[in-house]
Amino acid sequence: MSADFLYTIEVILNGLMAGVLYALVALGFVLIFKASGIFNYAQGVMALFAALTLVGLQEGRVPFAHLINAVFGTHVHNFEWTLPALAAIILTVFVMILFAICVEKLILKHLVNQEPIILFMATIGLAYFMEGFGDLMWGSDVKKLNVGLPQGGSFWFEDLTIGWAAEGEKFYGMYVDVLDVWAAIIAVVLVLVLTIFSQYTKSGRALRAVADDHQAALSVGISLRMIWVLVWSISGFVALVAGMMWGAKSGVQFSLSLIALKALPVLMLGGFTSIPGAIVGGLIIGAGEKLFEFFVGGFIGGATENWFAYVLALLFLVFRPQGLFGEKIIERV
Amino acid sequence: MRDANKTIKGTMRNVPIMEIKNIVLRFGGVVAIQDISFDIFEGEIRAIIGPNGAGKSSMLNVINGFYHPQDGEVWFRGKKRAAMKPYQIAHQGIARTFQNIALFKGMTALDNIMTGRFTHMRKGIWSQIIWRGAASQEEYENREIVEKVIDFLEIQHIRKTPVGALPYGLQKRVELGRALAAEPQLLLLDEPMAGMNVEEKEDMSRYILDVNSEFGTTVALIEHDMGVVMDISDRVVVMDYGKKIGDGSPDEVRNNQAVIDAYLGISEK
Repeated sequence: MSADFLYTIEVILNGLMAGVLYALVALGFVLIFKASGIFNYAQGVMALFAALTLVGLQEGRVPFAHLINAVFGTHVHNFEWTLPALAAIILTVFVMILFAICVEKLILKHLVNQEPIILFMATIGLAYFMEGFGDLMWGSDVKKLNVGLPQGGSFWFEDLTIGWAAEGEKFYGMYVDVLDVWAAIIAVVLVLVLTIFSQYTKSGRALRAVADDHQAALSVGISLRMIWVLVWSISGFVALVAGMMWGAKSGVQFSLSLIALKALPVLMLGGFTSIPGAIVGGLIIGAGEKLFEFFVGGFIGGATENWFAYVLALLFLVFRPQGLFGEKIIERV
Repeated sequence: MRDANKTIKGTMRNVPIMEIKNIVLRFGGVVAIQDISFDIFEGEIRAIIGPNGAGKSSMLNVINGFYHPQDGEVWFRGKKRAAMKPYQIAHQGIARTFQNIALFKGMTALDNIMTGRFTHMRKGIWSQIIWRGAASQEEYENREIVEKVIDFLEIQHIRKTPVGALPYGLQKRVELGRALAAEPQLLLLDEPMAGMNVEEKEDMSRYILDVNSEFGTTVALIEHDMGVVMDISDRVVVMDYGKKIGDGSPDEVRNNQAVIDAYLGISEK
């Protein structure tokens, strides 16, 4: 095989891996949008908050340390323990469930039957609140997240592919980040579990029922508030997984909350209501932006990854506004 | 018309399962229901009729908890009912169907009817996610009951079809199935035969009568087709402009002057 062809494959492969991470964020949006019609602007901040909490718990940081020190003049920063990764993850899951309950009690409960735009504004407020709250709770420094996932390039894969190039061509094997591979595996498992949960369990059915018809759901005994807590907990969990992967890749810091913006074009491509759509959309955007940079970027000055996804989303909005897998938009006249 | 000597297995006649006492329902300045009282006996088929806008659906929504009346009491099984959310009332054993079919359109007929079992499924969320044993056992048990409902309504062939793709008559039947799956003590039907042809109406009538006689389910229904109402119901309440203008057996109601006036208009004297 020629080296150029192998490079292309390498680019696609890495693009797909990046796409999986986009898809993870988009998944959180889809879950909440499907069940309650709310576009949750805070999804990215939830990922940041979950990652912050995870690091904080793992390293035994004292929550609100700066606040406590400022008020009481103390100098507490760390507890004298660190937690194993798994324990910290489980604790963080509980924190996210608590967060979901608070969102329902403090926000959603009071906005029943309001316009989607009002709920959307509420989530913008929530996003800014959570941003500040996360900083206040765990400090605003860039944190290193290590949950024991392997990182760096895979030598095995490099060695495997190095012999694929034709004789005499310059090719040093394909580079694949092991963390990305893990992210892909975890994303696949997550989607499978979510699908099984929503198809074959009582609560999953109730979730789909609420998404379809509120009144009918109430009439068969489903409590809407219970479902909201459930769906926000699940998307909190998805946010944790996304935050964990991105955090391990690039450190836990404020910019993590901006990955939500990367999920927007994914949603426009895949459709706001489709779980497979979020995955496929993420993969298309991931591979598409890397390929575009590789083939076209060089001629137009590079840095195309910053805008390629949005232009693609724009084209979709013009020609297929419901996305690839979204429900068809039927307007009654 | 039904025989007066109709027997219902194991249930005593004339024991009220639900008593509606002096219900008043207002929407702003509009009075939807004005001081209405009636009762529903255990094991009977009770019809609520009246011209459009008489407040029949509002009455059903009060019983089912979608509306909270400004005044009056609802007694269920001999106890005064506190103000409750609709989903809590569903857990008490009251199921319903809607005038404009309210099914979960994206789900299959089977899944729709399975949601009807919601009030009977007790296993918690953790058991569903982590330890599937008990939860899937529960799924199987409830699935059996759902299959019985499907057999009863003769809709085996559409079990796996998304209900949004079904014709109107079948959707109505699936909705009835979802309500039946809850094994309700009181079944509320809001115009179960609206928009059906004669054949479909006959089928639906038969299902309602069978549910009533085989399972002893108490049925309260709203219906416009007078022929059907007179044929299948034991007693009829007539409403007009939010007021009760008649109550009694189909024969009594048919000969009630106020009812005749409401339906045919009062001639100029």
